[in-house]
Amino acid sequence: MSSELLIKNGRVIDPANGIDKKCDVLIVDEKIAEVGKVDKPVQTVIDAAGKLVVPGLIDIHVHFREPGDEEEETIASGSAAALAAGFTSVVCMPNTNPVIENETDVEYIHRKGRQTRKTHVYTMGAITKGLQGVELAEMGFMAEAGAVGFTDDGRGVQDAAVMLRALKYAAMFDVVVAQHCQAENFTGNGVMNSGYYSTILGLPGIDPLAEEMILWRDIQLIKKAEVRYHVQHISTAGSVELIRAAKKDSLPITCEVAPHHLLLTEQCCAEYDTNYKVNPPLRTEKDVEALKQAIAEGLIDALATDHAPHLQSEKELEFLTAPFGIASLECALGLYVKALIEPGILDWPGLIRLMAEKPAKIIGVDKGTLGRGKQADVTIIDPNAEYEIDVNTFRSKSRNCPYHGWKVKGKVETTIVGGEIRFESKSR
Amino acid sequence: MALKRKSKEIKWHRKHLLGLRELSAEEITYILDTAEGFEQISTRAVKKAPPLRGKVVVNLFFEDSTRTRNSFSLAANRLSADIIEFTKKTSSVSKGESLLDTARNLEALGIDIVVVRHNAGGAPKFLSRNINACVVNAGDGFCEHPTQGLLDTYTIRKIKGTLEGLKIAIVGDIAHSRVARSDMWAMTKLGAEIIFVGPPTLMPPQVRQLPVKVSYSLDEVIEKVDVINMLRIQFERLGGNPFPSIREYSHYFGLTVERMKRAKPDILVMHPGPINRGLEIESEVADGRNSVILEQVTNGLAVRMAVLFLVNQAAAQQK
Repeated sequence: MSSELLIKNGRVIDPANGIDKKCDVLIVDEKIAEVGKVDKPVQTVIDAAGKLVVPGLIDIHVHFREPGDEEEETIASGSAAALAAGFTSVVCMPNTNPVIENETDVEYIHRKGRQTRKTHVYTMGAITKGLQGVELAEMGFMAEAGAVGFTDDGRGVQDAAVMLRALKYAAMFDVVVAQHCQAENFTGNGVMNSGYYSTILGLPGIDPLAEEMILWRDIQLIKKAEVRYHVQHISTAGSVELIRAAKKDSLPITCEVAPHHLLLTEQCCAEYDTNYKVNPPLRTEKDVEALKQAIAEGLIDALATDHAPHLQSEKELEFLTAPFGIASLECALGLYVKALIEPGILDWPGLIRLMAEKPAKIIGVDKGTLGRGKQADVTIIDPNAEYEIDVNTFRSKSRNCPYHGWKVKGKVETTIVGGEIRFESKSR
Repeated sequence: MALKRKSKEIKWHRKHLLGLRELSAEEITYILDTAEGFEQISTRAVKKAPPLRGKVVVNLFFEDSTRTRNSFSLAANRLSADIIEFTKKTSSVSKGESLLDTARNLEALGIDIVVVRHNAGGAPKFLSRNINACVVNAGDGFCEHPTQGLLDTYTIRKIKGTLEGLKIAIVGDIAHSRVARSDMWAMTKLGAEIIFVGPPTLMPPQVRQLPVKVSYSLDEVIEKVDVINMLRIQFERLGGNPFPSIREYSHYFGLTVERMKRAKPDILVMHPGPINRGLEIESEVADGRNSVILEQVTNGLAVRMAVLFLVNQAAAQQK
């Protein structure tokens, strides 16, 4: 017998199909059967009046630390956090220990994801073996095993010749090559944005140029390859200008922005709170404004958290030595609402486009819409529910979240993955 | 104890001395005046006073230091405190005990004041948030070295009478200098004009946003200033190759006998030590009649006694 699930009377937002109207969504078995007025009696009905019904959210940049650092996060804890935050798909980064650099590694991540039965769990593979930036990893085998892209995230590929080789080679497969743009010889041992605050705090800085020079270089390189190229977590006004120019030239380039680069600035580091230590670092007000402007203009393709969990004992170190990273997966939606919807930079359809439709396109999966026949990944959101972010309630294992105590709007009510209700908030 | 003070009585409430950036001009003056009171102890036959009797001071040094550590030890000694020396050369976290664990362990031994030197900017502040003892910064990365800033300011005030209106050049590796930063905060708050002098490769980012003037020419600056503070070239901190050779550096930024001929006759020549003779300063200048380098060391003792005394007093009042 087939299982049926009806979501009634919600505001259904499906940017891919130009839908933004009050109607119903019928799910039969694992698939979207109907979006419109549905009157037939079904087994399970969710009343979504006053709520948003949107394609399941997709975060294409998370660190779940498995294998290797399971004390910080696991695929189980990370995807539980993601699910509660309305995500139905996540993409893990390969900078684990060991690095995800062959088909067995990729299959391991997928198996853990399936066993957990929370969100869909995808992974990118490493561009180079051991993230060393020297020899190419087995991209072909990894792509066949289902890797949705390649990156040496945590660091960038430093050598231009190696990067060009990677871009050209990857063109054989329908995959995206993603880059953490940062010139290491220029970054040195920097721990925050290079500027007034790094000077008065006596901390080594990371110049915006470290990001921009690699981005500029890669933009020249992709002209010589035929592959989709994705820039991870851009953080500077200069990067925005480079993206603008590259898109004007119709190059196959996409980019993402992380919530902290829209909400926080280098000034946050003034008290040496290591929860603000993140890479790329928090920049200036001017950079934040440029990123928001870029989002308003449609230059940014995806919002991605770069969820980077760390133990409290690791973050309880001197700013110089604590690890980089902010854990923000579990409160991501509220952060985006604060950064983008409340100031009127995006409307809800615009936000959903950057959190579902376009991320799916970047990683090349048939998701991110509520089209008939698509796998039923659906998120129901109460757009007006206000709540206070409390790290102690996180399903994530880590608490390195600088937003603790922030009041945000936009609460996930229900998350449906493959037609199955996998998360429901207690308030329902 | 009764101390003679020029400044009006203010309430000193800080149980930590983390940096001079956060202090007001009044607070800085208050420390200097307190130090004046302590200076005479060193000239007595019995060089000891009782205010820290029964207190435990730990010198927690994660970087090499001779004069600062000895100066703090002696200062604590003169105030009758017990002293633990803890020296550990480390900057690695992946292995071994973290700074916080070390401090908590020391605290479990019942210490009252931690004097900390660390290679990470902000390490003293981090400690002050996590332990109950008083924290005194003895140099953190290239952030601050407040007692050096105070003793430099003290030395100038003692000789010149005031900082108000003085032009003071600080020459050398400004980018990696905690002394330059602490001097800048203290001296500008007391009304002096600071000129940072050095090659652009040794200036910190956004130096133009700091309350200082910047010059790349010691020759232009030498005639105008009342005080010149020659920073040590810190070979251990210099990354890469910020200047082509020592010879070329000395040519442009060394304080030579030749250059001194164009300086004001009553210019004060300072150096936080240890000196690289013949590199940033020629021996004849370092030992010359304008040099107050050894007075700085002497004054450091009085300033550190004042700081230990004041933080301890503030902690006692907060109990």
